[in-house]
Amino acid sequence: MTLIHLTPWDLTLASVLVLLLAAMSWRLRLGVERRVLIAATRSAVQLMLVGFVLKFLFAQTSLPLIALMMLVMLSAAGFEVMQRQKRRYRGLWGYGIGTFSMFLSSFTVTLLALTVIIGVEPWYQPQYLIPLLGMLLGNAMSGVAIALDNLTRQAWESRGKIEARLLAGGTWEESIEDIRRESLRAGLIPIVNAMGTAGLVSLPGMMTGQILAGSPPLEAAKYQLLIMFLISAGTGLGSVAAVWLGSRRLFDDRQRLRLDRLAEADGRR
Amino acid sequence: MAGLRLDAIGHRLLAPVDLTLAAGELVFLSGPSGSGKSLLLRAVADLDPNTGEVWLGDAARSSMAPPHWRRRVGLLPAESFWWAESVGEHFPVAKTATASATAAILGWLDQLGFGADVLNWSIARLSTGERQRLSLIRLLTQQPEALLLDEATANLDPLGRDRVETLIDTYRRNARAAVLWVSHDPEQRRRLAATSGGRCFVIRDGHLEPES
Repeated sequence: MTLIHLTPWDLTLASVLVLLLAAMSWRLRLGVERRVLIAATRSAVQLMLVGFVLKFLFAQTSLPLIALMMLVMLSAAGFEVMQRQKRRYRGLWGYGIGTFSMFLSSFTVTLLALTVIIGVEPWYQPQYLIPLLGMLLGNAMSGVAIALDNLTRQAWESRGKIEARLLAGGTWEESIEDIRRESLRAGLIPIVNAMGTAGLVSLPGMMTGQILAGSPPLEAAKYQLLIMFLISAGTGLGSVAAVWLGSRRLFDDRQRLRLDRLAEADGRR
Repeated sequence: MAGLRLDAIGHRLLAPVDLTLAAGELVFLSGPSGSGKSLLLRAVADLDPNTGEVWLGDAARSSMAPPHWRRRVGLLPAESFWWAESVGEHFPVAKTATASATAAILGWLDQLGFGADVLNWSIARLSTGERQRLSLIRLLTQQPEALLLDEATANLDPLGRDRVETLIDTYRRNARAAVLWVSHDPEQRRRLAATSGGRCFVIRDGHLEPES
């Protein structure tokens, strides 16, 4: 099998479909046409740019440059997690909790995969590192964002219940354990569902890409499986860290519920 | 049993408050809504950031783990909240308790007009008044050494109110517990203060003053 190169013309044809979608949104007054067009433009620019950057990185295999790329990816993911919060933590925490959790989980799992499982030499070979980290960060990002949003939202709504448990002589961990569990579950459900239906309903994106690019299906399936295991570990670890740090931050040293550490609800949602 | 002493307890609405309650003493607190009565009780229970120190007998609040403090200095909020499905799940002693503790709970339930089967009731079917009465029993099962009551009888009919007043009075005498009671009902304050020799204070312009 050979790789069929896409011409600009092919992409233009595909983009007409997005334009049609935007036109439909305008005609039916769905009000999302602007967002569709902006998102499509963003993805076009970002993906082309990253294509060039990767081409450059792959030619160099220079650790400082790769580290810089990883840092950019992590900051973007951290920013996205913060954007998705209805009630953010005030101050640096709003950015820090999500970012640190994703750093902790995605970077360790990526490192483990590169050194122990795949055995890349050197471990920072960008052809493996960057896509792998991207997959992990992208999924951890969704999990962490959902889990944190659940945590702060529910804590806000359940203030009376949490304080009732504190007043009954409960520790801060006892008083928020139900909410913690719920938030963690919410963060993990997407990846668990994705694993459960993988291959039955749709072929996962990476596997599809590999097959389209000419890899043998069985090799693609094995890689996809590896990625899914890594992703679920990364997402789980990231969500656990975020929920732990986040719930700890909701209480102070005298185990008082400190909802004043959350900002007012964001009007966008 | 021990008295309760507030040593310059302050929060953002209220100038620092000094107040000493002897063991077994009843003190009423009133004031216009928004004057910070509930906030003062929350500050004493260490539920909101606050300045100052509270003493339960010789023990300082800052020397005690917060859960321990809140168990010993029990706050009954104006609105009661329940976190589990059934009433009984909120009474940890009900499952593991000694016979005497169980008997005490059943006695309190009976005094407020509930049968033992109330422990199996679902929280969702309780009325506001039932919740309020049950939350008092929930608080008493912690065997607090001092009580902070926020409008303990606000949602009750006259019969319920009398029963709750009697139960609190009995507990105060038996346990020699200091009781700090926020009540907006002048008739209740006068009546109970007269029978128990309690003092009444009012919060005016952010300061605590004796009620005239």
